[in-house]
Amino acid sequence: MKFVDEYRRAKDVHALAAAVRRAVTRPWVIMEICGGQTHAIVRHGLDQLLPPQIELVHGPGCPVCVTPLELVDKALAIASRAEVIFASYGDMLRVPGSGRDLFSVRAAGGEVRVVYSPLDAVRLAQDNPDRQVVFFAIGFETTAPANAMSVWQAKRLGLRNFSLLVSHVRVPPAMHAILGAPENRVQGFLAAGHVCAVMGYHEYPPLTDRYHVPIVVTGFEPVDIMQGIYRAVVQLERGAAEAENAYGRAVTFEGNLPAQDLIHRTFEDCDRAWRGIGVIPQSGWRLRPGLAEFDAERRFDVESIQPAESPLCMAGKILQGLAKPNDCTAFATACTPEQPLGATMVSGEGACAAYYRYGRLPVRVPLSEGDIA
Amino acid sequence: MCLGVPGKIVEVHDANGLRMATADFGGARREVCLSYTPEAGVGSYVLVHVGFAISVISEDEARETQSLLEEIGALGEVSPR
Repeated sequence: MKFVDEYRRAKDVHALAAAVRRAVTRPWVIMEICGGQTHAIVRHGLDQLLPPQIELVHGPGCPVCVTPLELVDKALAIASRAEVIFASYGDMLRVPGSGRDLFSVRAAGGEVRVVYSPLDAVRLAQDNPDRQVVFFAIGFETTAPANAMSVWQAKRLGLRNFSLLVSHVRVPPAMHAILGAPENRVQGFLAAGHVCAVMGYHEYPPLTDRYHVPIVVTGFEPVDIMQGIYRAVVQLERGAAEAENAYGRAVTFEGNLPAQDLIHRTFEDCDRAWRGIGVIPQSGWRLRPGLAEFDAERRFDVESIQPAESPLCMAGKILQGLAKPNDCTAFATACTPEQPLGATMVSGEGACAAYYRYGRLPVRVPLSEGDIA
Repeated sequence: MCLGVPGKIVEVHDANGLRMATADFGGARREVCLSYTPEAGVGSYVLVHVGFAISVISEDEARETQSLLEEIGALGEVSPR
């Protein structure tokens, strides 16, 4: 596939790893924000190609992992109602709420549908005028343009049976929170390439100036990630702290302006609780008051919920780069993808799921002479 | 979830007032919304996330990355370690 295969060549990954080895003189801690990158790193064993001075820690960029438990419980309550068709991205179905998940709601007779795009949920509402279709609008900035468009499309079509349960989160406030924490160890960031495809990276220079950390916009293929690490290390070694773009084929400084425009006409900033981490000020988006008719939290009166997190789960520390999945006593014992205690063990972007799938089990994809699958 | 896949636009159409396209992902074809990439047309490569094109892939920038990689590769050959 064009623009994919050429970024998976083992020889380029090895050349970049060698360049990192030549550049490094001291220990550095670098965080990849995005869980998709975490999975690629662990899957391809990229961390094991790096010199011992470079430590990669995994960030909070896993939307289903940080969706607050209270909202997951709300989703479960709404999805259980007889008049509701609950539409969600597939990743969300196995995420544990306080005791159950969307799969168990479906098993108990609730109508839970997996959609690929929010426009599929709009179509569900068109096709089922006698049912209420609720779409679980979670995600970072990458997903916000799609979720925003679903609202305007429903409005344009005059649909009265479509609403969103919104749990949007934003990356820059989370980076602020990580860098401002007294226990922070992160010295450089790989910024999430697809968040930046939408938002650009003009929000990062204030962060690099204030905290003196390099931030390198990075893509998702093995060569992209190694290139991001290399550029971060080069900056760290020469004492630089700049916002730099290592994913130029998909990202510009300004980002996607039509997408940003619709995001801002649809959502407004709000404080948001991040699962396992706590409230981060102004780190979320909620629907603007003018679109309240599409807000599922207003449409459905959900009785007060007492969320109960597993006392064993330490996902919050892992999401902040303060611990690794295999530091957890429950990892791969009490907590597995089949019986997860926390969302980080189920998601395709969760760090625990990546370690379970690729790290601890003897299925690591080797880097061979040929292309990396 | 922030998965983005590059696809090549093979056809453009209108659906319910939205500018849509069929994109080819290495053989698999899917419908993609082009509302956020008005500059994309047949033959463009777009980065697609949950059914929406979020950026048009820049061939110039991609070439630049490749030449940077060649430089780094060549550097490694001169000073092996």
